Amino acid sequence: MPLSPDEASRFAVLLESNAESLAARWSELAGAGLRGRLSGAELLRQTRDLRTAFQQALAAGAADVNDEAAAELRAQLSELSSNRARQGFSATETAISVFALKEATLQVLGDADDAATLRDYVAFSAFVDRAALFTFDSYVRVREALISDQAEQLLELSTPVVKLWEGVVAVPLVGTLDSARAQVVMERLLQTLVDTGSPYAIIDITGVPAVDTQVAQHILKTVVAARLMGADCIISGIRPQIAQTIVALGIEFGDIATKASLADALRYVLGKTGKRPVR
Amino acid sequence: MERVPVLKIGEILLVSIQIDMEDQVALQLQEDLAERIVATGVRGVIIDISALDIVDSFVGRTLATIASVSRVLDAETVVVGMRPAVAITLVELGLSLPGIRTALNVDLGIAMLARQDEDIDLLGYEDDTDQVAETTP
Repeated sequence: MPLSPDEASRFAVLLESNAESLAARWSELAGAGLRGRLSGAELLRQTRDLRTAFQQALAAGAADVNDEAAAELRAQLSELSSNRARQGFSATETAISVFALKEATLQVLGDADDAATLRDYVAFSAFVDRAALFTFDSYVRVREALISDQAEQLLELSTPVVKLWEGVVAVPLVGTLDSARAQVVMERLLQTLVDTGSPYAIIDITGVPAVDTQVAQHILKTVVAARLMGADCIISGIRPQIAQTIVALGIEFGDIATKASLADALRYVLGKTGKRPVR
Repeated sequence: MERVPVLKIGEILLVSIQIDMEDQVALQLQEDLAERIVATGVRGVIIDISALDIVDSFVGRTLATIASVSRVLDAETVVVGMRPAVAITLVELGLSLPGIRTALNVDLGIAMLARQDEDIDLLGYEDDTDQVAETTP
């Protein structure tokens, strides 16, 4: 049930007149769940800011968190939740920072036990609940943004194509290969082949923890695509267990050269190009 | 109808496809090439497809036919300059263009032809494996 205009103004006055005691009690309650990960002074500053935002929103006659009048409050809440999300606080710990306002307000109300005050308090409590839900929503949004950013960074950093020798490039694969990563690796490798004019590419899978049929499929596709473009691919870094799995799964690498180590692969390529490495 | 020019350079025929490969164009190229190989007696054909955005199954098959025809006429065909996007699409379609030899660019294509045809000096290309710098650790 939305807050009526005079309920809102009554609570605005209440928040204003008990500003200090409310903020102190609020930060105490919110701090209990945080187990000292945020300093008392920092928390007090945050609750003071939040209290001011709540008070101003109510004074402007906000009946709901999504009202025009509560825009500043919403900004404060989303800033709080995004900070908490980045600092690694849990969703509960973040939501409690807002919910604690209810308990703090109840204490300020003292032992008024008439029905009118109670009705006011229930309406106010619903208002705070919606504010906390809003906080929770923005917390989740920030978390999701963080995760997708990290996934993107992972994609960027994990697929370098390095030049090993004149006309030989290598892709050291690290981590599990899913379709998205395999696509990035394939595109980057093929583009590098064109850019450098290297007729040989070595795909090193030392850092790939497991090879299943899907991963093998991705690697095979890359090799065939490179062949179509006129470059030869060698697969290296096959660990003993991986070799066992490959055979057990019945994966056929056909006439694609496979070597145990990157050094073997490089020696093989240099042998093919007629350059003889000195041991 | 547009035609793809066939250039003779040394002992090689060079075909650089700069227009969209419609079916008629591909078939015309196949005929032109066969005639030029017989007329010039070259030992190698290089087809540059670096300007092609799309290689469909028909073009792929035509390239394979060209390779087979020229092999009958004692000339090796090398398809060069396939774009990564084209290669990926062909792989996704399951076309691996069997019987077609490929190289990354015209330079490597000429070197490839020179390597297998050592008795004939194409373009004055020497086999470069002998003069490669000593590789030191």
